[in-house]
Amino acid sequence: MKGNAIKYDKDNIDTDVILPGTYLKLHDYDELAKHAMEGLDPDFHSKVKDGDYIVAGRNFGCGSSREHAPIALSYSGIKAVLALSFARIFYRNAVDGAFLLPIEIDEDAYKSISNGDQLEISVEKNTIKNLTKNKDYKMKPFSELIGKIIVAGGLFKYKP
Amino acid sequence: MNITEKILARASGKNNVSPDDVVFANVDKAMIHDVSGPGVIKVFEKLAKQGISVDKLWDPSKIWVAEDHFVPSADQVSAENIVQLSKFTKKYGIEKHFKYGMGQYGICHTLSHEEAMVLPGEAYVGGDSHTNTTGALGAFACGLGHTDMAYVLLNGKIWFKVPETYYFKLNGKLSEHVMAKDFILRIIGDIGTEGCAYRAMQFGGTGINEMSVEERLTLTNMTTEAGAKNGIIAPDQKIFDYLGARGAKNFTPVYDDANNEYAKIFEYEASELEPLVAKPYSPENVAAARDISSIELDKAYIGSCTGAKLEDLRAVAKILKGRKVKIRTEILPAAISIYKKALDEGLVSIFLDAGVTIGPPTCGACCGAHMGVLAKDEVCVSTTNRNFPGRMGHVESKTYLASPLVAAASAVTGKITDPRDLK
Repeated sequence: MKGNAIKYDKDNIDTDVILPGTYLKLHDYDELAKHAMEGLDPDFHSKVKDGDYIVAGRNFGCGSSREHAPIALSYSGIKAVLALSFARIFYRNAVDGAFLLPIEIDEDAYKSISNGDQLEISVEKNTIKNLTKNKDYKMKPFSELIGKIIVAGGLFKYKP
Repeated sequence: MNITEKILARASGKNNVSPDDVVFANVDKAMIHDVSGPGVIKVFEKLAKQGISVDKLWDPSKIWVAEDHFVPSADQVSAENIVQLSKFTKKYGIEKHFKYGMGQYGICHTLSHEEAMVLPGEAYVGGDSHTNTTGALGAFACGLGHTDMAYVLLNGKIWFKVPETYYFKLNGKLSEHVMAKDFILRIIGDIGTEGCAYRAMQFGGTGINEMSVEERLTLTNMTTEAGAKNGIIAPDQKIFDYLGARGAKNFTPVYDDANNEYAKIFEYEASELEPLVAKPYSPENVAAARDISSIELDKAYIGSCTGAKLEDLRAVAKILKGRKVKIRTEILPAAISIYKKALDEGLVSIFLDAGVTIGPPTCGACCGAHMGVLAKDEVCVSTTNRNFPGRMGHVESKTYLASPLVAAASAVTGKITDPRDLK
């Protein structure tokens, strides 16, 4: 899958900025998408395109357990978040709800990818291709269970 | 094995588990509230469309429901969520639904201990990140999202990767001006908000033995802020007395095996701890209250599962007795039962005489929902647990996290104040 990088050169992007608390009462997924990243990047909703990727630093999605966070990103069109590391509840919400792929990248990839770069991701091959810069990066392979849940299409479709 | 591992082994029907093992654990109790509940209902609607049966829950007697984030209903949308939640519990036969305006209700994590909803040795999950709080009772307590909670409500089980455990040992007894909040802020300041990511945080030592049940709950509550999967404390007689007084019986406490080893041990001396604050915009951004006493404040917020338990209110009253607040100050007891005890003990009069506004139990402004959210550039000292940008309102408001003693002393002076420096 191909898409463009929206890069935030920042660690600890928390769920309060991904989807501010005042919108927790909303449960219409398209409505939530309108407020995605509002606390960090008020222009996000107008610039995000279907198939884009977010690229960020360590501990992405820390804070609250709100599934609204991966939902808002997913319904904005984000197919994967590429980060140095993820907070645990965001990670499992993204996978179990089949909203987006949380992909762990290394420092080299993080430093190399610029805002707007076109990326091609292959989960099967564990590779990320930067088509703009003509570079290849590795991604951390998913653990066995996570891989199976992703292939199944979410926790409810996975048969233990 | 340690406590966390033993509970997860028992819950998943295994004799032994080790860190990084993936298990499907049968849970003993599950909780949803007015944010995660409607989220679960939405997942149920999606499942029904896909032909997956949502006719029956796994065990309605093990599921309980709280109304806390947007109550009393903050607006029409919140009111509709509450109506939806009530229809849900009625339809599925969930009897333990704590409704506002109908006796006991409050913040879910506070009810978990006030109402003895969770017991030592149990595996407990909740649709809220601060579910970790309840681990102070000696349970495995862990927060999950909507999809996972929907899965638990229907199947009674969920996957976990067994965490490795970091052990935090506190030697000695906390001094009069230092609270559990200062200890956990010290830890998060030292290890960072990712310092215990995916791990269990276990607390022990003489300092923990000396600590009251409610103070221990402050520690486990904020393990979430260090990224932890769960926080846990070996249950002792104080826990048994506390739960016994609330009608709990028939439970099996779990303890570390004699040959248990922790992945890492951190040791702290109670005598070396002092009143702290976490500055904007992270719980790890810790400073001594004395070192930032020039910070001027607009508001003090005393509320939440972290900082509005009965002992928190007693600490605040100790400071506010005979004094007036200099800045807007709100106190929102974390549950009706705590509100009533505060009233009976005369704390409410002390607060009103000091000029404080008292609100109903609610998560309220802690999560930027309602009941005193912050405007642009407003500066607040708060007994809550998070201070990310926009957490309590406008993205450019500023929250300083502090103990109830520091928050109350700061309310009196209008600046960040170490309670020892209050005249």
